Amino acid sequence: MALRGLASGLATTFGRLTRRSVTAQYPDSLPELPPRSRGVIALLEENCTVCMLCARECPDWCIYIDSHKEEQPPATPGGKPRQRNVLDRFAIDFSLCMYCGICIEACPFDALFWSPEFEYAELDIRDLIHERDRLREWMWTVPPPPADDLGAVEPKEVEAAAKAAGRDAGGPSRRATRSDGAAPAARPPRTAPGESGA
Amino acid sequence: MIGEVLEAVLRVAGVLAAFLVLPLLIGQAEHKVMAHMQGRVGPMYAGGFHGWAQLVADGVKFAQKEDVVPAGADGTVYRLAPGVALVPYLAALAAIPLAPGIVGVDLEIGLFYVLAAMGVAVLGTVMGGWASANKYSLIGALRSSAQLMAYELPLVLAAASVAMAAGTLRLTGIVEAWQPWWLVWQAIGGLVFFTAGLAELSRPPFDMPVADSEIIFGPYTEYGGLRFALFLLAEYAGILLLCALTTVLFLGGWRGPFDEVLGPVWTLLKAFALAFVVIWLRVAMPRLREDQLQRLAWQVLVPAALLQLAVTGVVVLL
Repeated sequence: MALRGLASGLATTFGRLTRRSVTAQYPDSLPELPPRSRGVIALLEENCTVCMLCARECPDWCIYIDSHKEEQPPATPGGKPRQRNVLDRFAIDFSLCMYCGICIEACPFDALFWSPEFEYAELDIRDLIHERDRLREWMWTVPPPPADDLGAVEPKEVEAAAKAAGRDAGGPSRRATRSDGAAPAARPPRTAPGESGA
Repeated sequence: MIGEVLEAVLRVAGVLAAFLVLPLLIGQAEHKVMAHMQGRVGPMYAGGFHGWAQLVADGVKFAQKEDVVPAGADGTVYRLAPGVALVPYLAALAAIPLAPGIVGVDLEIGLFYVLAAMGVAVLGTVMGGWASANKYSLIGALRSSAQLMAYELPLVLAAASVAMAAGTLRLTGIVEAWQPWWLVWQAIGGLVFFTAGLAELSRPPFDMPVADSEIIFGPYTEYGGLRFALFLLAEYAGILLLCALTTVLFLGGWRGPFDEVLGPVWTLLKAFALAFVVIWLRVAMPRLREDQLQRLAWQVLVPAALLQLAVTGVVVLL
């Protein structure tokens, strides 16, 4: 019995010896991260309207936002001048952040994204507060969303965008889409599921 | 006269060089083989190519460390112990023949001498454990001495069987008398000898004395720096000696095809194959419990060694 156990142990270890090791030598070879890896939170500041929803929803209050209002000249002559929020500071303290992703869920304007980037360790904990420029740079590392499954329901955003595009192009196109939803030819062309993400 | 002195110096230098290089080779092989058996890659950076200089780097690190003697320790014995663990292996290695004529000293009672030296080396462990004034060290030392008691007997009995078969205690004589069919005839003896030798070195699966998960590091718990490095070196020198001795006694030493030229290669090849088995067993086997250790020695190895002795005796008489 003991000998059988010994033999099987020896066989297992020797078999392992003959196969390639799975170790990835990290700093030399970068890891292959799964899709939707949660590495760091990136900011697309062009989309940010300073609504502060992310900062309020953040469970540990690690998002800092400063802004001021700017008066915009009226769009039409004689119209009313409008006010617009301008972002002064957007910082996330990654020493507090617990990577829950609630800010990303909460953002109604698609200004926050998960980036798979993970190499932002610092020697001092205070340096983990990353400002908008760094957060904006991480935006370049955000991968395109994975493609929809075959036969998946079209996301609402796409429909809304299609509507908006139809409205911009002129009435007839929009009406056609509205009147018979069963005619897909009237819809703006959409790429096949395999490439729609790109 | 000068020629004799020169020859002696050359032989001593050769033994010393083998003693300093071969254990490191075994140590490095252990790093790499164990790693790959566990699906890892082992050291990869020291020295550039697959971490070949890892043990050199380790040695440099150990040499830089502070030399600490615990306040309650018996200083003299504590300082002496690593030497007592290491030097006997050097002394024993001098008697191991690599090929005809390539041997430190070709002693008439070589086998007896080597076995005695191997027994002495364990004393270093016991001394270190006793002098450390640490309960874990003491437990380790006692386990070590119990293991020495239990396994010295089958070791000597198995070696005696070969000596009886060859009719000499001279190691070169044993190799010269060796015939390939001895592989079968002395198989039990060889297995017993190798197993008992592993236990004497407290190599896994017989590493109860150092059992790092329960008594920290046994007798070596209080040791650090160069003294600890000497203990480690002693372990690998012990593996080298055991493998070389098993090769000489049971596997025919330098005997093999073209042994006129390739003699030393055969000896080294066989010894390193055995060293591989030593490493392999470490990876494959969990540690034996203390009572299992004793049971294996007294209920399996000693009767097996006696059986081998009887078989050898019968064949020799016939």
